[in-house]
Amino acid sequence: MKNKFYAKKLIVLLFALAFFAFLTAGCGGKDGPNGRVVVYNWGEYIDPDVLKMFEKETGIRVIYDEYETNEIMFPKIESGSSNYDVLCPSDYMIQKLLENDLLREINFANVPNAKEHIGAEYFERSLEFDPTGTYSVPYKWGTVGILYNEAMVSGPIDSWAVLWEEQYSDSILMQDSVRDAFMVALKLNGFSLNSMDENELLIARDALIAQKPLVQAYVIDQVRDKMIGGEAALGVIYSGEALYTRQENPDLAFVIPKEGTNVWIDSWVITKNAANPDNAETFINFMCRPDIALMNFEYITYSTPNDTARSMIEDPEIRYSEVAFPNLADFYGLETYRFLGAEGDELYNQLWKEIKSW
Amino acid sequence: MANLLRKKENNTFIIGSPYFIWVVIFIVVPLIMIFYYGLIDRNGNFTLENIAAIAQPVHLKALRLALWLGVIATVICLIIAYPLAYILSQTSINRYGFVVFLFILPMWMNFLLRTLAWQTLLEKTGVINNILVFLRLPPLNIINTPAAIVLGMVYNFLPFMVLPIYNSLLKIDPNIINAARDLGANSVKVLQKIIFPLSLPGVISGITMVFIPALTTFVISNLLGGSKILLIGNVIEEEFTHAGNWHLGSGLSIVLMLFIIVNMIISSIFDKTGEGNFL
Amino acid sequence: MTKKNLQRLYIGLIFFFLYAPIITLVILSFNDSRTRARWGGFTFRWYGSLFQSDEIMWALFNTLSIALLSAFFATLIGTIACVAIMRMKKTSRAVSIGITNIPMLNAEIVTGISLMLLFISLGLRFGYGTILLSHITFNIPYVILCIMPKMRQLNPSTYEAARDLGASPIYGFFKVVFPDLLPGIIAGFLMAFTMSLDDFIITHFTKGPGVHTLSTMIYSEVRKGIKPEMYALSTLIFASVLLLLLLINRLPAGEVKKNQHNL
Repeated sequence: MKNKFYAKKLIVLLFALAFFAFLTAGCGGKDGPNGRVVVYNWGEYIDPDVLKMFEKETGIRVIYDEYETNEIMFPKIESGSSNYDVLCPSDYMIQKLLENDLLREINFANVPNAKEHIGAEYFERSLEFDPTGTYSVPYKWGTVGILYNEAMVSGPIDSWAVLWEEQYSDSILMQDSVRDAFMVALKLNGFSLNSMDENELLIARDALIAQKPLVQAYVIDQVRDKMIGGEAALGVIYSGEALYTRQENPDLAFVIPKEGTNVWIDSWVITKNAANPDNAETFINFMCRPDIALMNFEYITYSTPNDTARSMIEDPEIRYSEVAFPNLADFYGLETYRFLGAEGDELYNQLWKEIKSW
Repeated sequence: MANLLRKKENNTFIIGSPYFIWVVIFIVVPLIMIFYYGLIDRNGNFTLENIAAIAQPVHLKALRLALWLGVIATVICLIIAYPLAYILSQTSINRYGFVVFLFILPMWMNFLLRTLAWQTLLEKTGVINNILVFLRLPPLNIINTPAAIVLGMVYNFLPFMVLPIYNSLLKIDPNIINAARDLGANSVKVLQKIIFPLSLPGVISGITMVFIPALTTFVISNLLGGSKILLIGNVIEEEFTHAGNWHLGSGLSIVLMLFIIVNMIISSIFDKTGEGNFL
Repeated sequence: MTKKNLQRLYIGLIFFFLYAPIITLVILSFNDSRTRARWGGFTFRWYGSLFQSDEIMWALFNTLSIALLSAFFATLIGTIACVAIMRMKKTSRAVSIGITNIPMLNAEIVTGISLMLLFISLGLRFGYGTILLSHITFNIPYVILCIMPKMRQLNPSTYEAARDLGASPIYGFFKVVFPDLLPGIIAGFLMAFTMSLDDFIITHFTKGPGVHTLSTMIYSEVRKGIKPEMYALSTLIFASVLLLLLLINRLPAGEVKKNQHNL
C-alpha cells in the first residue's frame, strides 16, 4: 500500500510539472512594442551588448541565430523553413542568393548611416556581386591567411607551401569549408580561386589529398582556440582573428601568403520573404552607426569598412595596423570569390567529398 | 465496449485513434517523404540515381568505413558488457539495482559535452598525454583517428548494450540453473547451454541498440575525428546542411534504412514477443 | 573471495571509463580560464555568471520543458497505444509494433530529416513547437516498451469483474487497470524524459531560429569554444540527479526492487 502512496504522489507531481511547463512554454516569444527582427549571422560576429542596446533603443526584439559557414546558411533560406529577416553572407553567397531570387532590395533612405559612414570603395567593390548595389550593406571585410606559432615554426612563413611541409605533420589546421580549402590549393599552384577548369581543379584536389596526412583536423572557428592553446603550429584563418589571437597568445602571427589569397566582404542583406523588412532596415542602420561599428570592431576584431568608426579607434597602433587594415594594393594575387553556378557548386562539392573520404 | 482488454478488432481503432493518427502523421508520412525526395531529381522526374549513388567510390568508402567501425564498436561493447551484466545480475554487488542506475546516470550529462570531454582527454596536449609524459611513457596519438571514433562510440553506447543483457539475465529462473547443476553440469556447461542461450534476446537487442546508432553517427566522427574521416552519416548530414542536395541525401538515407530493416528482421527472429528486451 | 574482488575490479575499471570524462567536465567547471586548453586556477565564478546568462537559462528552460511535455504526451499516447495494441490480433499487433518502433530503431539522422521534410511541406514555422512534436514522436516507442510487459501481466478478469459490478469503462480502467500499469507508466515517463533531455540530432534538424536547447547550444559553441558556464550547469544537473538517486536508494528496499525491473 505504501508503494502505491509514493507512486500517486509522484504522478501528481509529474502532472503538475508538465502543466506548469505547458503554461509557461509560450511565454518565450514576447515581442517588443515595435515587433521583432530575426537575424541570422556568423558565429561570434557581433558584440552581444550591441543587441541589448538595439532592443532598448528601438523597442524591437532581436531573435538571433548563428551559422558556421555560408553553405550551411543557404539551404535554410532556400527551404523557407525559418523566417529570417536579416543575414550577413559573404560576397559570392550574396550573388548566389540574388541569382536564386531570395533577397529584397534595401531602401537606403531608411539606412542613412550606410552611405554616410561606410567607405565608398567598399560599395564599389560590392558591385562585383551585387551589380545594382541596392541589396547589400558591407559589415566586415578581410583576407584569408596563415596564423602561425612563432615558437613552433622554423624559417620564414610567407607561402601556402608551408602547409605541405613534412616537418609540420599533425600540426596543420585547415578550414573545413569547401571554397576556402580549394582556395589554398588553387593559389598555391598559381590558379584563380574561381577556377572552373577541370584540370586545375583536379590538380588542386590531388594537392589537398597529398596534404591530408599532414593535417591535424579540418575545423572552422576552432582554429582560434586550438592555435591559442598551442595544439597546432599553422592554421588557415580569417584575417579578423589575427588581432584577437595575438592578444591571447603573443607567439601567434598572421601572414598573407605571397601567392595571393581571397579578399572578402560580409554584408547585411534582407531576405525576400522577410516578415519584418522595416525592422530589418532599422537594424542595418543601427549596425552602421559609428559607435556601434566601433563596439563590434573592438569585440570581434574583424576589419570594419566603417571609416568614421575607424577614425575613432583610440590606439593608433591598431588604427593604422597593417594586419587589421591592410593596404590591398601592396599584395599580389588578391581575388574575391564568385558564385560559380549550380554546376560549379556540384563540382566543388564532389571533389571536396573525395578529399574528405580519402 | 464490454471489455477494454480482450482481443476485439471492432472498437480498437476508436480507442487507439490518437495513437494511430499520430503514427500516420509523424512516422509514416515523413518516411514516405524521404522516399519521395530520394526517388526524384532536381527537376521532379523519377530517378533511381540518388539510390544508385551509393555505388560511387566516395559513398561506398564512407559506408564501408561506417560498417566496419560500427562492427568493431559493437563487438567491443559486447565483450565488455556481457561479463559486466552477468556480474550485476548476481545481486550481491548490485544491491537494489543501484549500480545499474549508475550506468544510466552519465546520460544526464549532455552527450555532446561528454564526447567533447574525450577531446580534452585525448588531445595532443591533453590530460592523458600530460600524465603519460609525466610518467615518462610514450604519448598516445589517437585523436582524429578511427580509433578515437570507436572509443567515442563504445563510450556513448555501452549502456545500451549492458541494460538489455542485464534484463534478460535477470529473467532467467534460478531453478533452471540449479536443476542443471543437480544433473551434473559444470559452470562452463551451465553458461554455455543455459545462461547464454536464454540471454540471447538481450544480446540481440543490445547489438541493435549499439550497431544502428554507431553506423549512422555523424557527431562522434566530427568531434573525435577532426572532420578528417567521413562516415555515411557525415555524407548524409553534409548533403542536407552544406551541399544542399536533399535528393541525394534522401537517396542515401533510403540505402541506410535497408541495413536497419535487415537488422530488424534478424532481431525479430530471436525476439518472439516482438517487444524487445531493452527494459 | 578473490573472484569477488576480481568482479569489483572489473566494475571499477568500467566505471572509471564511464566517469573519466564526467570528472573532467566537473574539473573544467572550476577552471578560471575561458579556454579549456589551460588551467587558470580554481574558481566558483562560472556558477555565479551561469544564472545571469539569459541565453543559457532559456536553453535550460526549453530543454526541461520540452523534456517534461514530450514525456507527458508520449506517456499519454503510449498508454492508449498499449490498450489498443492489446486488443489486436496477432498480425496487426506485429505490424503496429513494427511501425511504432521505427523512430527508435531507425537512424536518428533519418528520423530528424524525415520530420524536417514533413514540417517544411506542412508549412509549419520551425521553433519550439516543431521540436516538441518531434520529441513526442521519438519518445512514444520507449513508453510502449515500458508499459507493454505490465499490460501482458494484467488479468482481464479483474476488469470484467469491475464492469459486472457496475463500474463504467473509464472508472473501471482507472480503478482496476491503471494502478497495475502505474510502475510501467512511471518508468516510461522517466525513460522518455531522459531520451528527450539527451537528444541532439533530431533537435538539430527540427529547431528554428532563436530557439535553443542545451544540446544545440553546445553544438554551436563547439566551433567557437564552449562557455565555461556550460560545464558548471552540467555539473549542477549531474549533482542533483545523483542526489535524487541517493535519496531514492534510501527508500524501503521493496520499493526500489520493484522499480529496478522497470528501468
